[in-house]
Amino acid sequence: MARTAWIEMLFPPLVALLVALVAGDLLILAYGQNPAAVWHLLVDGTWGNFYGIGQVLYKATTLCFTGLSVAIALRAGLFNVGAEGQLAAGGFGAGLAGLLLPATMPWFFAFMLMFLAAALCGSAVAAVPGVLKARFGAHEVIATIMMNFMVLALLNYLVAAHLHTPETLHTQSIASGLVPRLSVLLPVFHGSAANWLIVLAILAALLVGVVLFASRFGFELRAVGLQVGAAENAGISVGSTWIRAMLLAGALAGLGGLNFVLGYKGFYEDGFAGGAGFLGIAVALVGRNHPLGVVISALCFATLSQGGLAIHALVPKQMVEVLQALVILAVAMAVPEVRTRLARSVRGKP
Amino acid sequence: MTTLAIQMTGIDKRFAAVQANRGASLEVAKGEIHALMGENGAGKSTLVKILAGLQPPDAGQFFVDGREVTGWTTPQALTAGVAMVHQHFMLVPTLTVAENVVLGREPTHGLRLDRQAAVQAVRDLCQSSGLQVDPNRLVADLSVGEAQRVEILKVLYRGAQVLLLDEPTAVLSPPEVAELWGVLRRLQQGGATIVLISHKLDEVMAISQRVTVMRQGQTVQVLDTAQTTAAELARAMVGRDVDLDVQRPENQAGKPLLRVTQLQVQGSRGQPALLGLDLTIHAGEILGIAGVEGNGQSELLDALAGLRPYQGSIKLADQELATLSLSQRTQAGLAHVPEDRHQRALILDYSVADNLILGKLAEFSRRGVLDQRAIAAHAAELIAEYDIRPTDPQVPVRGLSGGNQQKVVLARELSRSFKVLLAAQPTRGVDVGAIEFIHARLRQARAQGKGVLLVSSELREILTLSDRIAVLYRGRIVAMLPRAQASESVLGAYMTGAAQAVTHG
Repeated sequence: MARTAWIEMLFPPLVALLVALVAGDLLILAYGQNPAAVWHLLVDGTWGNFYGIGQVLYKATTLCFTGLSVAIALRAGLFNVGAEGQLAAGGFGAGLAGLLLPATMPWFFAFMLMFLAAALCGSAVAAVPGVLKARFGAHEVIATIMMNFMVLALLNYLVAAHLHTPETLHTQSIASGLVPRLSVLLPVFHGSAANWLIVLAILAALLVGVVLFASRFGFELRAVGLQVGAAENAGISVGSTWIRAMLLAGALAGLGGLNFVLGYKGFYEDGFAGGAGFLGIAVALVGRNHPLGVVISALCFATLSQGGLAIHALVPKQMVEVLQALVILAVAMAVPEVRTRLARSVRGKP
Repeated sequence: MTTLAIQMTGIDKRFAAVQANRGASLEVAKGEIHALMGENGAGKSTLVKILAGLQPPDAGQFFVDGREVTGWTTPQALTAGVAMVHQHFMLVPTLTVAENVVLGREPTHGLRLDRQAAVQAVRDLCQSSGLQVDPNRLVADLSVGEAQRVEILKVLYRGAQVLLLDEPTAVLSPPEVAELWGVLRRLQQGGATIVLISHKLDEVMAISQRVTVMRQGQTVQVLDTAQTTAAELARAMVGRDVDLDVQRPENQAGKPLLRVTQLQVQGSRGQPALLGLDLTIHAGEILGIAGVEGNGQSELLDALAGLRPYQGSIKLADQELATLSLSQRTQAGLAHVPEDRHQRALILDYSVADNLILGKLAEFSRRGVLDQRAIAAHAAELIAEYDIRPTDPQVPVRGLSGGNQQKVVLARELSRSFKVLLAAQPTRGVDVGAIEFIHARLRQARAQGKGVLLVSSELREILTLSDRIAVLYRGRIVAMLPRAQASESVLGAYMTGAAQAVTHG
């Protein structure tokens, strides 16, 4: 029983990856290159050296947070397309808090304050669609997409008009509470952006696992996601579960912003999210909304996106973006919950 | 020997972990009404779906009209005149009856639909089959019984000679059932062959010529209806003797527990569904609500359970429920077996153990963390007490038969401390063995001095269990009868509006 359940869980994403790889082969052939050489280059440029590994880990950290954000919302039956805006807001919150803190503040307090700021800003952005859904039944996909537009435009304005250092689109550097890179302790990673926030990402995945599968709240959240009517009948408050799920999702995506702001640059820069929030949707789907799956699929997508730079010598790096899109399409077709969700929204049910 | 319309032998079909058919066989003679009986999960529906070309069998031989068929699909089945009458109506509500019937094979006039020809075709079909529906009405305005007639017209329009019906009476009122039997007999006279899935013994006795009984995916017996009895059929289905008419001990109704006064509720489309309803349930009493579906039963249940706003008063042991949330009502002493098992009562992808703690989470968690040990102990206890099968508490409820799913719901609700139980369609889609069990549990609740509100579309169930019977018709209680004064024909008259409103006792 348990074994078939595992196979059912792992089968669709693996098939999807395989299909995408075959399609990728055909594309590379069509471009007149040898697929084996391209794949070799891709693996070599990512897992073949410590700089590559470090870059993959850095990218995976952000994707892990946004993937968890999408996954926990999906478990509650909500399609959080707004991780992009929540991620940006989280990074901005951390950056702004960093600017306001005195430089002499001890590291721990500074970090904790920026941590809270990132989580709160992400939550605040996600709360709006959550409340609209719970209170008025507004569809969360529309609401989260709209929030992305508003948040990204607002942040762009705030930075461009008020907070930037001259000649740039980023804020001034934060003085205290920055997260050291892995290379401080492990010099082999020298030059890569990988930093100790990856530990936080893994802790977050563990915490999401515990919340989903061992806590009362997680039980209720999954119940609402699977069968709204039965959950309501069991006395679970559907609206408040939705709102809490969105707050949690927003906080997770918001924390992803720390990776760039505290772990890499040391300041907030406009447009840093760069699609990592949207990619979180794919990460969650390929990871089957399971925290462990999200960690693994975040590593896969990070490998692809870092690999795009490596294969540039043979094929355009956009090839990797096409490949990612193929993975997402294949997964969307193969993963049952996506199909049923689509079918449900066609039928007009929640 | 007459020619066989259908001959299936050695049919195997497996769905993941479930072996739905193992070497099942079915032989249907041309021109007969053949009943297919069995408990839930016996494999009847699977066998019929294979027959209709909806699912391929894993193994087995299969002849239609004496011709062996392989790779049978729905279009092939339709061409050969074998068609399924769908139970969950697959009609387009915004189109008319005639448009629905011809959908997919429309008579055309150039590029346009020839509406007149469609209407005429439906009229002709109605005439020859005895089905009565106005071809020009919108399907959205039809009653359930009428919608079913349209489904039958659809397959007749496609020239079906073998009609497959999967529990066609589940949604019908007694007069509608009688009408359906008339139609089926008339179709039979016209040469049609009919395969009918049912687990209602009296229906099978009334309409069929032969019965195939299935148990655990196998065909266990084929009987001539004229030479068998309901008791023999029940034994063949369950594999042991079944007693469905337990004598009811005399009613010792106690103090009033639930008092409903002037209850007004709106239906989901905003129409008034209950127009000032009064009723009282006493301790140690089963109050049956009879009525054709859609006369306010769902709204009554929703209002009582707290799922729908209402005007008027509902008092449980002198406590006004109006301001209480759903979970507060549960705490106040309300237990609820909802009518829609799959949407309301169970989370199909949750395990049996997890479904058993729905609505009881406070008891099974400490500081927000689930107490897995207590959950497992609770599940083991209830699985044993209610004979839920399979006995593995970690199996998703989706994999259970209808009867066992309902036992899960019942086990959960009856194991609360409650004063009044709302039991809606407690045995719908449930096999005979489980019906007996569920009825015994409802009687037990009554014997313990609980109040039970029983809403059922099965008159027989209402008559077997209830101490008093209220008939709901168009949002009003048109009759309140003590059991002694009620009978199927009396209730039927009130249910259809043929008799005027009266209230006794």
